[in-house]
Amino acid sequence: MTKKFAHPYIPNSQPAIKAALLKALDMKSAEDIYKEIPEHLRYRKKMNIPEPIQSEYLLLRHVEGILQKNKNAKNLVCFLGGGTWQHYVPAVCDTIMERDEFLTAYVGEAYSDHGKFQALFETGSMICDLTGMDACNTPVYDWGNAVAIASRMASRTTGRKEILIASNAGPERVSIVKNYVKPDIAVNFINYDKGTGLLDLTDLKAKLSKNTAAVYFETPSYIGVIETQAAKICKLAKAKGALSIVGVDPSSLGVFEAPGAYGADYVVGNYQPLGQHMQFGGGCGGFICTHDDKKFIAEYPSLLFGMYAVDGTEEDGELGFGEVFYERTSYASREKGKDFVGTSAALIGITAGVYMALMGPQGFKELGTGILQRVAYTKDRLAQIPGVSLPIDSVGFSDFLVSFKGKSVAEVNKALLAFGVIGGKDVSGDFPEFGQSALYSVTEVHTKEDLDKLIDALTAIMPTADAV
Amino acid sequence: MAKTKVRKNFHQARWDEPIIYDLSTPGLRGIIPPEADAEISAAYSGVMSKLPAEVKRKSSIDLPEVDQKHVLQHWLHLSQETMGSNISNDISEGTCTMKYNPRVNETIIADPGFAELHPDQDPDTVQGMLEIFYKFENMLKEVSGMDYVSLQPGGGNHAVYTAASIVRAYHAARGEAEQRDTVITTIFSHPCDAAAPATAGYKIVTVYPDERGVPDIEAIRAAADEHTAAIFMTNPEDIGIYNPYADQIVDIIHGVGGLCFYDQANANAFLGVARAREAGFDMCHFNVHKTFGTPHGSSGPATGALCVRDYLAKYLPVPVTQFDGQKYWLDYDRPESLGKIREYLGVASVVLKAYAWTMMMGDEGLRECAEISVINNNYMQKLMAEIPKMDEAFKGNGIVRQEQIRYSFGKLTEKTGVGSDDANRRMLDYGIPWFWSSHHPWVIPEPMTLEPCETYTKEDIEEYVEVVKAVVGEALKDPDLVKNAPYNSAIHKRKNEQNLDDPKKWALTWKVFKKKFKVD
Repeated sequence: MTKKFAHPYIPNSQPAIKAALLKALDMKSAEDIYKEIPEHLRYRKKMNIPEPIQSEYLLLRHVEGILQKNKNAKNLVCFLGGGTWQHYVPAVCDTIMERDEFLTAYVGEAYSDHGKFQALFETGSMICDLTGMDACNTPVYDWGNAVAIASRMASRTTGRKEILIASNAGPERVSIVKNYVKPDIAVNFINYDKGTGLLDLTDLKAKLSKNTAAVYFETPSYIGVIETQAAKICKLAKAKGALSIVGVDPSSLGVFEAPGAYGADYVVGNYQPLGQHMQFGGGCGGFICTHDDKKFIAEYPSLLFGMYAVDGTEEDGELGFGEVFYERTSYASREKGKDFVGTSAALIGITAGVYMALMGPQGFKELGTGILQRVAYTKDRLAQIPGVSLPIDSVGFSDFLVSFKGKSVAEVNKALLAFGVIGGKDVSGDFPEFGQSALYSVTEVHTKEDLDKLIDALTAIMPTADAV
Repeated sequence: MAKTKVRKNFHQARWDEPIIYDLSTPGLRGIIPPEADAEISAAYSGVMSKLPAEVKRKSSIDLPEVDQKHVLQHWLHLSQETMGSNISNDISEGTCTMKYNPRVNETIIADPGFAELHPDQDPDTVQGMLEIFYKFENMLKEVSGMDYVSLQPGGGNHAVYTAASIVRAYHAARGEAEQRDTVITTIFSHPCDAAAPATAGYKIVTVYPDERGVPDIEAIRAAADEHTAAIFMTNPEDIGIYNPYADQIVDIIHGVGGLCFYDQANANAFLGVARAREAGFDMCHFNVHKTFGTPHGSSGPATGALCVRDYLAKYLPVPVTQFDGQKYWLDYDRPESLGKIREYLGVASVVLKAYAWTMMMGDEGLRECAEISVINNNYMQKLMAEIPKMDEAFKGNGIVRQEQIRYSFGKLTEKTGVGSDDANRRMLDYGIPWFWSSHHPWVIPEPMTLEPCETYTKEDIEEYVEVVKAVVGEALKDPDLVKNAPYNSAIHKRKNEQNLDDPKKWALTWKVFKKKFKVD
């Protein structure tokens, strides 16, 4: 380096040390190592990368300067949900997530990383308490990835080649599934009732066949509807020899029945509501829960962290953790393994475990009740604003649709920003059947003052009743 | 000068930590969620009664009930029973590039200007984040020589899978989807180079190395034909030998109409030194969480950056980050795109940290990182060669190793019965984290793959070698001492591990464990 000091991250760049190492190797420079690369494959130019900022303080100032260009949900009131939600993140979650031991560990076995194995086993145990299931994988990338993997698992278990997906499911999740099941699994859609938002069971019955590997639906659905026919859907699938994959928001399961209790074969979802900041979408991590049945377990592509003996080691009473049925994985069996496995979202899963333990059963009940109440209040007030309507007027958990007349969602959202409010996601393109509509989300972070801010702003923004 | 120390008195934290459920007492809790304001909760106290009975939770929620201090304490104990690379001499996890993960980057991601951003905000309100994505993509274009980058994949395997999806889309567009049903890979390429294309529907042909440890180019030539969709290959492979025929292999595959994907998971030693572009590849990927200084997170969250040539850009996942000279915007209008691979734009925290890391390095810093990585590795090799019975893959083939080496305890095993797993457990007693042996199958007997990347000191390297030497010495003198290790780790040697493959005994949750092992 032209600078005469060692880079803080590269100790052996100190010139005397570098020289000593080269001397020990009887080499003049690293070129004596790179000589193995044929000259025509070498890159000899300078890369066009900005000049470095080697002072940590100045680097921080530089990055903070860029981040200041963002408008964030701490300074504004945000009503976006749909896959990433603003929930309160307990301080203990942040503390554990930042621990260098978890933060910088990787693929060490239980001998060096016993704590990592126990932590992820406990996360799997607790998410199964919420979902009413018996088995869970180590985290996958996100909710969409969880649905996609579960779809392929179901196809292998049943030997069938079609997945039926509720058309009120999250569009991004569906897009992920469509790519992931190619080329041999077909994706078809089940209609839903525009008035109630519920799945059309007649359509489901007509489409279920001996080709159907699984039915995927969400409750609450992407458009915020609690699927009151969930048990019936699972039953209808089962009657045709198909499996059911139920997508949930895990933060709702203190008040809503566990899918395992009404017949789900797979329960999938996102760990983000459980202790993750929104992080511009980076807080996602997926889970897949099944029953403890080899026909399901054998098809997971992910690592499975299990507990395997009362006395797991040579020391009496020491808990033993390890990787269950490792041969399934592509790490062990390359292309003969199930799909592929790799680095995914473990730390998000570990933190979710902390969150679930902090909340306990009572916390989840209170969280869910508080959200239901806030949503009910907000919907009632919004419905009174001229030009604003609720296309689906049932009890909702966090997310719900709001339709506008006289102004487009884009216009409304632009105007809301001037009031310090980040409006709902524009779903007019994905769900044109609801006209100019947005998906709003209300959680426990919203005080009445926050909700009234939205209501007052919309009242001011929307044209009067006469004008509409 | 710093001193080299072998930690003979090391002991990992051993908390004998109970399962969280055994810390549970009914009525306790760790946190109280904010209730709705009194006016709302009074007016809507009956909201649950409006729900049909069947959707209300009736089954019990068997979560543990624990006060806050004991939740914190429990997970602090578990963290202390985990050996992250920032707390240890993690030359161990070769191929994983366990470099220092700077703390300042954790400070950065806690900034509400990042942490409290919703991904669906109007692009006008997240210009800073789009700028970070755009600029980091540009950095990777320089490092790879490619024309477009997607940061959406959530890990290296995911980027490889995305590349396989692009291969499929490319041949489908040319009407050759059915004809081109095979992907070629090499045995020392990461397993995902076989498994991800297989998931995307391809048959896999695996090529083994020649006698020098380089993929057999004649075998590749023989395998390539009109059915070849692509080759997926790592360079250097996991054994640290640079494949000098990379461009010739590209020519062979292109000659039969296939595409070429360069797995650059092991790119740390080649930043600014050798690029996918010059070797003629159509696509490559980087493990951002390895090469670009972001933490591995106990196995994620991560980012696999997929870099492609211009003629494949139309297939990249949506959205693509664009800049019109004044404003950053998200381009969704890409009809031939694969669609979504991961939700939103990818793992934004990893991208933000990697941007900060690269800004700390610059062009010179990246080259220095590469140079020191290969010098460190060769210095380590020289010291390791002095240990009796220690062997390495394709030793004596005359090829200078790059950033990592696959060593072998094979000769030690023949002599003492002590193998790679035994040595691994014993090295823990000296404070060395679990080393990466090799993916399966173990082509090299009793393997140990080490990667002393740029953030390790000379003393770290010497400490590591001294520990290996000590353990080999112990094995020659008293094999049982090594075979029964560890003694100073968070746990002792395991027994009954066969249960992990037994459906009657395995347990993935506490409730199942209690049932199968009749625990109260």
